[in-house]
Amino acid sequence: MKRNDGETTGSTDETSGTDRLVEQTLLRKVFPNGTTRRDLLRTAGAAAVLSSLSNIFPLGAAKALAAEKTGSLEKKELTIGFVPITCATPIIMADPMGFYSREGLKVSLVKTAGWALIRDKMLNRESDASHMLSPMPLAITLGIGSRQDPTYVAAIENINGQAITLHSKHKDKRDPKQWKGMKFAVPFDYSMHNLLLRYYVAEHGLDPDRDIEIRIVPPPEMVANLRAGNIDGYLGPEPFNQRAVYEEVGFIHLLSKEIWDGHPCCAFGIRDEFIKQNPNTFGALFRAIARATVYAHKEENRKEIAQAIAPANFLNQPVAVIEQVLTGRFADGLGQVRSVPGRADFDPFPWHSMAVWILTQLKRWGYLKQEIDFRRVAEKVFLATEARRRMAELGIEAPKDNYARHTIMGKPFDATRPDAYLSSFPIRRS
Amino acid sequence: MGSVRGVRTALASLLLLGLVLGAWQLATIPKTATAAGNAEYQAMVGSHKAGLPSPIQIAQTSWRHLRSPFHDGGANDKGIGIQLAFSIGRVLLGFALAVLIAIPLGFLVGTSQLLQRALNPYIQVLKPISPLAWMPLALYTIQDSALSSIFVITICSVWPMLINTAHGVSSVKREWLNVARTLEVHGLRRALHVVLPAAAPTILTGMRISMGIAWLVIVAAEMLVGGTGIGTFVWNEWNNLSLANVIFALLMIGLVGMLLDLAFGSLTRLVSYQE
Repeated sequence: MKRNDGETTGSTDETSGTDRLVEQTLLRKVFPNGTTRRDLLRTAGAAAVLSSLSNIFPLGAAKALAAEKTGSLEKKELTIGFVPITCATPIIMADPMGFYSREGLKVSLVKTAGWALIRDKMLNRESDASHMLSPMPLAITLGIGSRQDPTYVAAIENINGQAITLHSKHKDKRDPKQWKGMKFAVPFDYSMHNLLLRYYVAEHGLDPDRDIEIRIVPPPEMVANLRAGNIDGYLGPEPFNQRAVYEEVGFIHLLSKEIWDGHPCCAFGIRDEFIKQNPNTFGALFRAIARATVYAHKEENRKEIAQAIAPANFLNQPVAVIEQVLTGRFADGLGQVRSVPGRADFDPFPWHSMAVWILTQLKRWGYLKQEIDFRRVAEKVFLATEARRRMAELGIEAPKDNYARHTIMGKPFDATRPDAYLSSFPIRRS
Repeated sequence: MGSVRGVRTALASLLLLGLVLGAWQLATIPKTATAAGNAEYQAMVGSHKAGLPSPIQIAQTSWRHLRSPFHDGGANDKGIGIQLAFSIGRVLLGFALAVLIAIPLGFLVGTSQLLQRALNPYIQVLKPISPLAWMPLALYTIQDSALSSIFVITICSVWPMLINTAHGVSSVKREWLNVARTLEVHGLRRALHVVLPAAAPTILTGMRISMGIAWLVIVAAEMLVGGTGIGTFVWNEWNNLSLANVIFALLMIGLVGMLLDLAFGSLTRLVSYQE
């Protein structure tokens, strides 16, 4: 991870950072000579020096003034929608672990039954911001499968952390070439799950529209459908892959990490209108979610997070299942315990190159009919530059570039040449 | 003699229930697991599988919910009492709107043969539309998920009331209307004092059917829209594959539905008359 983990922890809050800055500036002004200042601090102790200084200098007022520069919040009570899956971890955990309240926000997290409803509640203005699948803001901004409404990806929530689960009866069908005629589920048309499943089977020579059947099934209903035999497998979000193993109805065929290590999955979606009307609130929301994401990235925090998000109010799942997802040490449903660090990971930076990839695949499978400038749309919807600036303010190291080279199933993707990439696929609709 | 028969019926009922529950309990005794893998693996796959719960488990779950019906653990974790209150509130609101639409319209349709024939095709087309099919349209146009579920209740409970009201009004006895005309009772006075009492039993039967439909619809609508209510509760526990909770919710839905029906049953008795 290209991130300065040593300096930024979720428990550092910005106010105390500003306070320290004010204190240090004051000490420097009063004792301009570095040696004298350091000697004094060593012998008397910083706290003692500061407390005697505060008698002659209004330290409290200076601290308040410095904190004020972020501006007052336009809206303090927010409604944020989420689908109960581990992808939403940063958005959810920010509530029980206090990341929102530290920014002065009162967030009510509304569990939502599926992605179409997530979209409609964003369009309706019922949600101020929402957990979304990362292709959704692109689709909504373009008005495909939705009313057109400029909606952006302020940050990516999670990377990796999905899997292909097959019904236990298919234990001997590990080669996708044997999957002809099978029925698979994905959570939504405009999901990484759909695009990755299509990419995966197409790389194995199957046409996802003709050789297999892909259905839309809301994630929570996937295990029940797998058990009933309505579907043979799914590329779905966690914890429902691990839950299928826990229920002994399926096994994990492949982690999405093994298709594209570092692929984006869900996003923190926000409307253009909301950012314009509530810039300070948006800033506070971004800080809370970026900090939660960085906190979730750290392996040592995963067990604590699993405890925080498992209760009925959030994911409503057994802790044992969520722990296996987040720690990467899990039962695979085939009798083995696997250890895959980074099985599920969290990284807020919304790479433009990720958006271009998503757009090429939406075009490839015919969801996107019109001709568009891939890079222009990507740069409009994924707020990478904005995220870098805000991450820098928080002391989180962000990548220098907005474009990265990704490798998907061993095939490099060059985001600067999307059309050449698109025409390199033998199986495609456009 | 009658009381002896009553006791015997009750005994037979209880015996039947006991037999079914006993067989259920026996059938759901957990079998010793023979899962593959080592001890760590077996700990990772569920030791208690979320299969069909036994009656005792359901009783325990029910007791846990009924003990604190109004507990509030956040926006997505509310006690069963709060959830039922939300659902009943929505049903009553949607139902009241339907009454306001259906009864006056039913009166109009019932008194005019022309209107009845003209509106009939539309009513016949709109009546069989499944409540949930209305939902995408409602969400798109009303732009509010809470109002949308109320709208869906209204639109589904309007038809039985409308049809029954029209039927009740149009089949008021000729003689009674003639008497009213002879006594020079016209207009609103005739509607309220002659037609309404005469048609009331039929209208109330329509309302009773509508209430049943409204209660059916709310559970489905809440499962789709989420937020609050008993339907959301079912959906949330379905996520967790917790059948004990789902079965408990089913019992509650049945119970409340029965109470609502009983309430309308006694209302119907109040307005019924012998000719």
